[in-house]
Amino acid sequence: MKKMLITLFLFLITMSVVFAETDNTLIPVIADSSDLIIDEFNYCGIESIEVKDAPNDDGTALLIRWEKIKDVEEFDGTYSLYRINVETGKERRIKELITNETEYTDQGLYRNIAYKYYIVAVNNDFQISTVRVYTEEITTTPNWFKKDKIILLLMIIVYILMIVLLVHTVRKGKKLFLRRLAGIDALDEAVGRATEMGKPILYIPGISTMSDIATIASLNILGPVAKKVAEYESRIIVPNRDPIVMTVAKEIVKEAFTEAGKPDAYDDNDVFFLTDSQFGYAAAVNGIMVREKPATNLLLGMFYAESLLLAEMGNTIGAIQIAGTDAVTQLPFFITSCDYTLIGEELYAASAYLSNEPVLMGSIKAQDYMKAIIICFMILFLTVFLTNGIINLFTDADIGFFDGIMNVIRFVFNT
Amino acid sequence: MMKIINYLDHIDKRWIYLVLAIAVIFPFLFPIGCPMKITPPVSNMYNYINDSIPEGGVMLVSVDYDPSTMAELHPMGKALITHCFSKNIRVFLMGLYPPGVGLAQDMISNTLEEWNKSNPDNIKILGNDISLFAFVPGVSVVILKMGEDIRGTFNTDAYGNDLDSLPIMAGVNTYNDIDYMVDLAGSSVILSWIIYANGRYNQKMGIGTTAVSMAEYYAYLNSGQANGMLGGLKGAAEYEALLIKNNVSQDRNQASIGMDAQSSGHLTYIIFIIVGNIIYFIKRKKEK
Amino acid sequence: MFLKKQLPLLVAMFMGTMMIIQFFIPHPFSKNVYSTILDWLMIVTAFTLLIAVQSTVQMHITKIRRKVTDWQSSVIVLTALGITVFVGILGGAYAPTNILMKIFPNVQPGSDTPLMYLYIYFQTPMQATIFSLLAFYMASAAFRAFRARSFDATMLLITASIVTIGRVPIGQFFYANMPEVVEWILNYPSMAAQRGILIGVNLGMIATSLKIILGIERGYLGGGK
Repeated sequence: MKKMLITLFLFLITMSVVFAETDNTLIPVIADSSDLIIDEFNYCGIESIEVKDAPNDDGTALLIRWEKIKDVEEFDGTYSLYRINVETGKERRIKELITNETEYTDQGLYRNIAYKYYIVAVNNDFQISTVRVYTEEITTTPNWFKKDKIILLLMIIVYILMIVLLVHTVRKGKKLFLRRLAGIDALDEAVGRATEMGKPILYIPGISTMSDIATIASLNILGPVAKKVAEYESRIIVPNRDPIVMTVAKEIVKEAFTEAGKPDAYDDNDVFFLTDSQFGYAAAVNGIMVREKPATNLLLGMFYAESLLLAEMGNTIGAIQIAGTDAVTQLPFFITSCDYTLIGEELYAASAYLSNEPVLMGSIKAQDYMKAIIICFMILFLTVFLTNGIINLFTDADIGFFDGIMNVIRFVFNT
Repeated sequence: MMKIINYLDHIDKRWIYLVLAIAVIFPFLFPIGCPMKITPPVSNMYNYINDSIPEGGVMLVSVDYDPSTMAELHPMGKALITHCFSKNIRVFLMGLYPPGVGLAQDMISNTLEEWNKSNPDNIKILGNDISLFAFVPGVSVVILKMGEDIRGTFNTDAYGNDLDSLPIMAGVNTYNDIDYMVDLAGSSVILSWIIYANGRYNQKMGIGTTAVSMAEYYAYLNSGQANGMLGGLKGAAEYEALLIKNNVSQDRNQASIGMDAQSSGHLTYIIFIIVGNIIYFIKRKKEK
Repeated sequence: MFLKKQLPLLVAMFMGTMMIIQFFIPHPFSKNVYSTILDWLMIVTAFTLLIAVQSTVQMHITKIRRKVTDWQSSVIVLTALGITVFVGILGGAYAPTNILMKIFPNVQPGSDTPLMYLYIYFQTPMQATIFSLLAFYMASAAFRAFRARSFDATMLLITASIVTIGRVPIGQFFYANMPEVVEWILNYPSMAAQRGILIGVNLGMIATSLKIILGIERGYLGGGK
């Protein structure tokens, strides 16, 4: 396992190094000085125009930059940018009414075709100047690495390393402290209560698809819960809104019953698909609550406007309700109508608590360290920002150094 | 006194429901016509569509809600389409879930009929000025695939016509060719649009969502991942008010009419909260 | 065991790593790979709808066969499913099918298909009814549960009241700048709290994704361990 991970990192790093390539050199073209005639129809206020391959793209864009002549007579017209397809000789105006802009990214080009650009002045009577400033011919080049996302890649690598290191230390036997979560502690009691009352447990894995991490987190909890249910020989009902989630949930519950040694107790019809309509689902689940009168409702996963409909109905039938979601706007609804609520990331952490696996515990610790890193960055930015402001206020000292730090932090956050 | 307090404390929920029902229905019979201030998220979206999309530009509206949230979100879609018609912007509709495609169809029939009736000199035609993409299952996969190739994602419009044969498709291949997109939804689909279409393909976008979910999206407005938001019926009503102010449409529309009922409903909530707390405090005092 | 445990883990690991790397490579080659995978996903998703129908039909048939309580509802579900499928296939979804136009010569291409009729006049009012229940539940929750029990609860209560009243035009009758106050609350205090939760949530999301890719988290494959 460890070897595999190390190979993976090395692979990632090599890929990033191999694919990072050098900048394409600029191809500047300086306008002939004889072109710079200031005349109503033969005006040219452009000093140079250059074209280069647009960075970080798949080879379908070019970046054109131009520079105006400084200190020339005020020209109140505009400029137009034209593209020439060298192969066919066709010209096309790609940007007009240019006033203060100095660059343009031409997208949607074909690879392996040479292009050429020129810029030309247009006066207010829409007369086009006879002087054109051309670039050289260029073909697009696809890039192998998005350099603007380098920080993101580094952060992923750092995060993976952190998880792996912490998992490793935990495996070695180091004990990590984790705060108890009331909602998780109550799970056992809730399952037990349902068994005592001879009523089923209703497990709602949210209304989202498998691509939502909250759904995956919920399904991670479903395993241990279903196992407990199987051990107590109780019944678990899992209605689903997404067919893929349903298939996975079926597999999980079945596996859990088998692991608990009660494969016969598993009923395939208890994990089922309802409808993919949001409120149709809410109505159907409410119907199940009224008919089956579950003793315990577990609402874990991604929820939207239907959350209160489900939680209020559960409240009305008097079920113990444990909810958990990372949908911030639904938290208040769950907090008012459920007995326990797992807030945000507690939902992701729940599977680690339940399984008690040291490996998963280690990864939770990694999350905390990553949070600490982000907080450090925020504090650093705030300190630099405030110091910068104070220095600016009282002195006129050169503070380029602080600006530099701030720019770096801004770049990190932007990527 | 204590008897009343005790009665109110244990009142049957159905009485509360009845009071609310009356409070909501009453303003429909006797309209009040409350004045309305336009909030920045709404005016930002309006201004962007009004000023930044060129004539003949392309706007995409994704209808990702169920009929359940139709009351809040349907007027938004209609107002957006009317606005685009007035600016001669091409509009594409689509739905990531089957119910959305039906609602989009309903929206198209309604707006086309209304627009063509009141603007005989600027007739809009299905397939030329507005179109509906066929339903393709996959949700986030569809969003991602559109960034690579829109024609390859849908192949046909909802009526079975080949996309290549439609005049409205001229020059539309990926998100690069769409000037603006608005996602109308009451669920997490908006996040998928923000993460995949905006995050991965830099698609400029706006949000239309239910009042219950809107607080969540302020974070994405502040970060600039979306540049405007219509929140609930109020957002739709504000947009309609802007259209009336700028002479795009004449009469008060669906959302504006519903605002009175919503005002009275919210007021009833506040009264419930106050009464509930009075009961709580009196009982607590008594217990002490 | 290999087929049920190791193979899915290997597939998840391979695809996860590949998609991460793909994100950083803009080259057309990587774009083509990505596009193909998206096509696969769309095809797979389309087939899952069949699983959904199979699950629904199977569950309700079992219910009817076992004559469980309220088994009559299952009959209604299956009948409605059958009618919708029949009407949809025969009449077309959003444009009439050729068969329909041949049977009824006066039916012309348009949006008035039988399926749309079912949709607008059956499904729409039924679903709208369910959503509107939310308003009633909220009123009941506001009356029962929204009490100023502590300082925190009082703060929450006051803010919620301001936002509730400020989000509708009537708020302006009480105080002319109410909408601005609401915007401020949503943009600053509420946002600060949300960002806090969001940072945690997103780190948790990334961690869960990485755990799945690395094969540390296996709960989703069933069984817990």
